[in-house]
Amino acid sequence: MAIDILMPALSPTMETGTLAKWMVAVGDTVRSGDVIAEIETDKATMEVEAVDDGTLANIMVDAGTDGVAVGTPIARLAEDGETVEHVAAAPAAAVPQAAPARPAGPEIEAVASAPQSKAPQPVTPSPAPSVVTSNGSSDTGRIFASPLARRIAAERGVDLAALSGSGPHGRILRRDIEAAGMVAAAPAVVSRAATAPAAQGDSRVEPNSQMRKIIAARLQESKATAPHFYLTVDCEIDDLLAARRRMNDRAPEGVKISVNDLIIRAAAMALIKVPKANASWEGDNTRLFTHADIAMAVAVEGGLVTPVIWAAEQKGLAEIASISRDLATRARDGKLAPEEFSGGSFTISNLGMYGVREFAAVINPPQGAILAVGAGEQRPVVHDGQLAVATVMTVTLSADHRVVDGAVGAEWLQAFKGYIEAPVTMLL
Amino acid sequence: MATETSFDLVVVGGGPGGYVAAIRASQLKMKVALVEREHLGGICLNWGCIPTKALLRAAELRHSIDEMQEFGITVSGEVSIDLPAVVRRSRKVAGRLSAGVQHLLKKNKVTVFDDLATLGARRGDLREVRLAGGATLTAKHVILATGARARSLPGIEPDGKTILTYREAMVPETMPKSLVIIGSGAIGAEFASFYLDMGVEVTLIEAMDRILPVEDAEISDFVQKAFVKRGMKVVTGARLASLKPSASGVTASFEGGIQPVIAERAIMAVGITGNSESLGLEGTKVKIDRGHIVTDGYGATGEPGVYAIGDVTGPPWLAHKASHEGIICVEKIAGEAGVHTIADGSVPGCTYCRPQVASVGMTEAAAIEAGHKVRVGRFPMLANGKAIALGDDQGLIKTVFDAATGELLGAHMVGPEVTELIQGYAIARTLEATEAELIQTIFPHPTLSEAMHESVLDAYGRAIHF
Repeated sequence: MAIDILMPALSPTMETGTLAKWMVAVGDTVRSGDVIAEIETDKATMEVEAVDDGTLANIMVDAGTDGVAVGTPIARLAEDGETVEHVAAAPAAAVPQAAPARPAGPEIEAVASAPQSKAPQPVTPSPAPSVVTSNGSSDTGRIFASPLARRIAAERGVDLAALSGSGPHGRILRRDIEAAGMVAAAPAVVSRAATAPAAQGDSRVEPNSQMRKIIAARLQESKATAPHFYLTVDCEIDDLLAARRRMNDRAPEGVKISVNDLIIRAAAMALIKVPKANASWEGDNTRLFTHADIAMAVAVEGGLVTPVIWAAEQKGLAEIASISRDLATRARDGKLAPEEFSGGSFTISNLGMYGVREFAAVINPPQGAILAVGAGEQRPVVHDGQLAVATVMTVTLSADHRVVDGAVGAEWLQAFKGYIEAPVTMLL
Repeated sequence: MATETSFDLVVVGGGPGGYVAAIRASQLKMKVALVEREHLGGICLNWGCIPTKALLRAAELRHSIDEMQEFGITVSGEVSIDLPAVVRRSRKVAGRLSAGVQHLLKKNKVTVFDDLATLGARRGDLREVRLAGGATLTAKHVILATGARARSLPGIEPDGKTILTYREAMVPETMPKSLVIIGSGAIGAEFASFYLDMGVEVTLIEAMDRILPVEDAEISDFVQKAFVKRGMKVVTGARLASLKPSASGVTASFEGGIQPVIAERAIMAVGITGNSESLGLEGTKVKIDRGHIVTDGYGATGEPGVYAIGDVTGPPWLAHKASHEGIICVEKIAGEAGVHTIADGSVPGCTYCRPQVASVGMTEAAAIEAGHKVRVGRFPMLANGKAIALGDDQGLIKTVFDAATGELLGAHMVGPEVTELIQGYAIARTLEATEAELIQTIFPHPTLSEAMHESVLDAYGRAIHF
């Protein structure tokens, strides 16, 4: 049986690479462990070793080809007893699905030091007829950051993986660290606290995790620098709940749309309708986002992460439902790649499932606003002078007054409420 | 064929800011016109950086003859200077480069108007630019790159004969016996050095407490000592009270008890002022502050579609700053990604007197004032093999690091060819290298650049050769 050799992934985030050089020619005998080709990414050149014995029957991707997708067959081996000609002529095996295209997020490669997350599983095409060797670790990418940025980050306890770089090709520079304002607690204080004897009042001191420090620094920075203001509105959601029920009744197997998915969709559409609310303060400039890149706060062991649904306004409810479920699951398992929880233009924090009636969230910097969603509960309401019972959900928008003025925030909430209370409009 | 009058961008001024902006805009597919009233290449190329370098080279060659004996070479006969030929060569150099700019603009399909432009009315999102020759251009964007001219002091009117500006100082017909230079910035220091090497008695006057006042104090001090050793008179802390023509030339008198200076000629080198008048800016939202157009970091003025770059926007008055601003401005207009304003302290400065001076970033005093705890390294050219071999071992390289982060806050150099060396530190700063990368870098031997390495090593107590 002929064996297809597939383009390997040199890192979990690699999507394409350059086939730099073939080390073997058609007709050569290949033994397991032989180096057969060199592959380049923008980060490294690595050797591809054969894992099977055979004779090279066909080279399907020429040396020097750029942009070869991971999983693409690049060559074919004839096993003992097969003729090279016969094998070369056989149709290619089904091309395994290449890694899905990544959302256009900050250009940060996965790193082993991603906060609290286990090293992501290497994406290996299966079956894997070849393995990759290199002197570096093949399952880690590289963060591009200046030496000065690295040193300041290390001093302040900032995880570079959480930042996006503003330098050439996304390189992280000192200004990115300063802009993020991530000044963690002074290390001296932490170490003193950590070694203090747990005596009076019977307490115990736990060293803060990297994630805890980042959360602390970012939220402290947010409250200290972004002038927050809060707008609260009640949304009647009986129609929304009914619409959701109808959708889920008719949805294909495996698709289940949650109230939160509808909230994401409504928020995304409201951001597109009121683009001034989809903005971020950058000192000399205001950044206006093209898409509604919605981050959703997910509680995880030891803290929270905010995975992003990119360009949520372009995604249907079924797609949002499947993405949000996948992100939330992987967030809780610590399996998100850093670029999946960095960035975003707006955040939704939903504590409705805990029965919280309403609350105000701290803006996730450098975003301009966050929506805090409370529980949907039956409350007395007045319709046309008549007392009635409706399911009401209270939401509070926290906005950064530097970029979002009160009227803009109110306009956004009005748009959001419009979509939520007339759910059919968000399907348009 | 009728000349085209409608453009995406009109650049007013063809100096190193304007012509670079025009070429970059053309690369970004804009249809570009450039209006220049006098010479392509501007002051820099015609009356500044370039022709003075040609003059200074002549002075340097003249000086080297005095050193020949030390190298075992005997020059017999009389050494004479053909001043008109020296000046002619300087003009020829400028002319060649100006023609080069013309060629570059043509190659990049920039339409050039030899004319005087003023900003006209706004029509929708278009802006008119009126030319003195009668034509009216329209463009979505207008960049003002009109440069600057010599500033004088109240009550002192340079006449171009006994009281000169840089312009006349560059094309002397005869050498005066004596010369007083008012102002010891880069322009004053370069002319002082040139005329001194040409055998003129030079007195250099500075109102601040040291010459080259923007440089690190140690560097100023080093240059002043070198000038004095060569026979120059340097008077600091001298505020000019008057500069009057007299029978024998000019008399400079000062406030306080400073002795008047009598000289055959005087050069005014007290700075420059922006060419912000007569541009049709009255009634627009373009803001002018003390002769300079106020812009944001990307060249935008208060008036939509009107930008300004280079000397007309204020100091540092440097060609390379103007060029870089031109590129930033155009890329911002074109909506290019990753455009950033010029970072503080990233514009290197060079002075081509003998000894040369070059620096980038903060002086030690400025760094301390900004709250940095600093580590300072110094290395003298005296201990550099190449400098000794060249017979030019007077110099100092000083580096200033942030003690906490290892950031190279500033580098300050005086000595042979330091103007060619400073880019090494400028690159290090742009790449945000720390002392560690600089220490790990292998500098080739034998070069002057080894002194740069040693200065860094010295900041960390590790200098090898001193």
